[in-house]
Amino acid sequence: MSGIRSLLKPALMGPILLVLTVALSSNLFPANIKLQLLAALVSTAIVVGIYVFVGNSGVVSFGQISFTAIGAFGAGITSMPSPQKATVFPELFPIIRENALGNVSTLVLATLLGAIFALVAGSALVRLSGLGAGIAMLSLLVITRNVLRNWDRVGPGAKAIPGIEQSTGLVQATASLILCIIVAYSYQISRWGRRLRASREDAPAAAAAGISQYQERLIAFVVSGALCGFAGGVYVHLLGSVTTEEVYIRLTFLTLAMLVIGGMGSLWGAVVGGLSVSIINSILFEAQNGIEVGPLTLTLPRGTSDMVLASLMALTLLWRPTGLTLSREFSLPRRK
Amino acid sequence: MIYFQYLVDAVGIGVLYALVALGLGLVFGVMRLVNFAHGELLMAGGYTLFLTASWPTPTRLAAVALVVTILALLIERLALRPLRGAAPTTTLIMTFAVSFLLRSIAQKKWSTQGKSMALFEWMARPAFEVGDIKVSIVTLMAIGIGGGLLVAVSLLLTRTPIGLQMRATAMDPIMAQTLGIRAELVVRGATVLSALLAAAALFLFAPQRPVVTPEYGLLITLIALVGIVVGGMNRLAASAAGGFAVGFAGSMVFSLLPRGQRVFLDSAVFGLVIVVLLFRPQGLFESMRKTSRL
Repeated sequence: MSGIRSLLKPALMGPILLVLTVALSSNLFPANIKLQLLAALVSTAIVVGIYVFVGNSGVVSFGQISFTAIGAFGAGITSMPSPQKATVFPELFPIIRENALGNVSTLVLATLLGAIFALVAGSALVRLSGLGAGIAMLSLLVITRNVLRNWDRVGPGAKAIPGIEQSTGLVQATASLILCIIVAYSYQISRWGRRLRASREDAPAAAAAGISQYQERLIAFVVSGALCGFAGGVYVHLLGSVTTEEVYIRLTFLTLAMLVIGGMGSLWGAVVGGLSVSIINSILFEAQNGIEVGPLTLTLPRGTSDMVLASLMALTLLWRPTGLTLSREFSLPRRK
Repeated sequence: MIYFQYLVDAVGIGVLYALVALGLGLVFGVMRLVNFAHGELLMAGGYTLFLTASWPTPTRLAAVALVVTILALLIERLALRPLRGAAPTTTLIMTFAVSFLLRSIAQKKWSTQGKSMALFEWMARPAFEVGDIKVSIVTLMAIGIGGGLLVAVSLLLTRTPIGLQMRATAMDPIMAQTLGIRAELVVRGATVLSALLAAAALFLFAPQRPVVTPEYGLLITLIALVGIVVGGMNRLAASAAGGFAVGFAGSMVFSLLPRGQRVFLDSAVFGLVIVVLLFRPQGLFESMRKTSRL
């Protein structure tokens, strides 16, 4: 397929246009809402990263957030200015302690760290399927968090990292998400993506056709790791700080919910799920502080947003297991 | 001598996790699903204990058993039965959602601050001391009662009609139904039994970990889940043995590690899990001949 032409398809343009719509409309809102919309964009980038592996391979992985954590911590620690770093975290390896990187460099580093880590872990883990894979990926998540939290030579321990450059504004958030979408789309229309989906649909037939499920899964795992790591870097530059708890079980649940509700099997599902669930979450969060609905002020009790999200996820699984998008890609209505 | 102390404590912890793993394994065997929300049954029981602190003890225990059983039956009816026949990953994610829902309800009602369960606090004291070794009452109780329960459940499963039906359904659901076994009865029976096992485990956990939080059940579920995967998911005895092994190993490793290294306990345990999954996916206590249902 010739380069640009193959990309100008509705399946790619649909998600990108949706993202641009959300991004541009964020300017209409006050600062605190705008910040939440930025967070929605970054969360969706993480979901797209997870989708690249989960959607194409059919293996539900609870461990992709490990790569987001690695990317976030990698970008965060290296972005911190050096003299401050040496004072606050004297235990770090000298190469980390003595140097600081600029914004783009930290994002490149986050991507590389995610990819390398995914390659190492994936080479062992992508052999597994079904429940065994689920448990193994969860174990990966636990180990990653344990190491990042306790190995003083590379991480900040239980403390939050201060002084991270908050370079993720509207432009960086939007551009990052669009970049992730383009990479995800390019992968899924490539021969590797197609081969992986073939092995997902019918493993013996694909094997008979010469497809190595292990190899294709590993490729997807590395791409997913890279995107999740990259998104983690963008995430830390949005928050300005990060702790291990923020990239652990809760984020795993949230991003999985987004993917399930949107539709696990398509890029459109990942984007729709990420944006819609983030926005619903934001609305509920704001409602907990009191919002005006016409003449009334609605104040939801604290903690409602989690309950609603969990219920939505359960209801989606019961009534529309393929998600809001029915796990289909965006397409224009056909002419009859 | 101190190693004997570690051993005794580890056996006590192991038995507790064997109980939880048996409950999880029972649900998996009969219903073919991994219940991520199993630990939340213990959490619900814990909050019940908190709310009934002023009641007489036997009534409290009955209340917990009732609450936990009703909750388990509700979850089965509302969240799991509609998904009968769906892909295993769908039900796995559903139980993940149920777990999160229950935890968020608890957090909303009682916040993340721990609440005291105040049950059998006298059990945390030493029963007897031999030199440097202190064997606490709860450890003896865990080994005694827990062990007794495991024996009782295995008798139930092997010597009673309903037990036979449960094992048959676990082995081959379709054939079992063809032979006239009523699936709904078996499922409900398994649900009730696993809930009661969870309640019993809670009673024995409570003296050692007397403060309940919304996250109370999460780690227990994780360890029990590891236990049934490591032990073997096809046979209930293997699942219980796996739960015991993980609880025992975790406790021993914790005691034996030098103080500075203890923080890496999680990595050690879960690293072992990955190794077992890679090299012996059917479980440590299963024979190689059996096909894995993973």
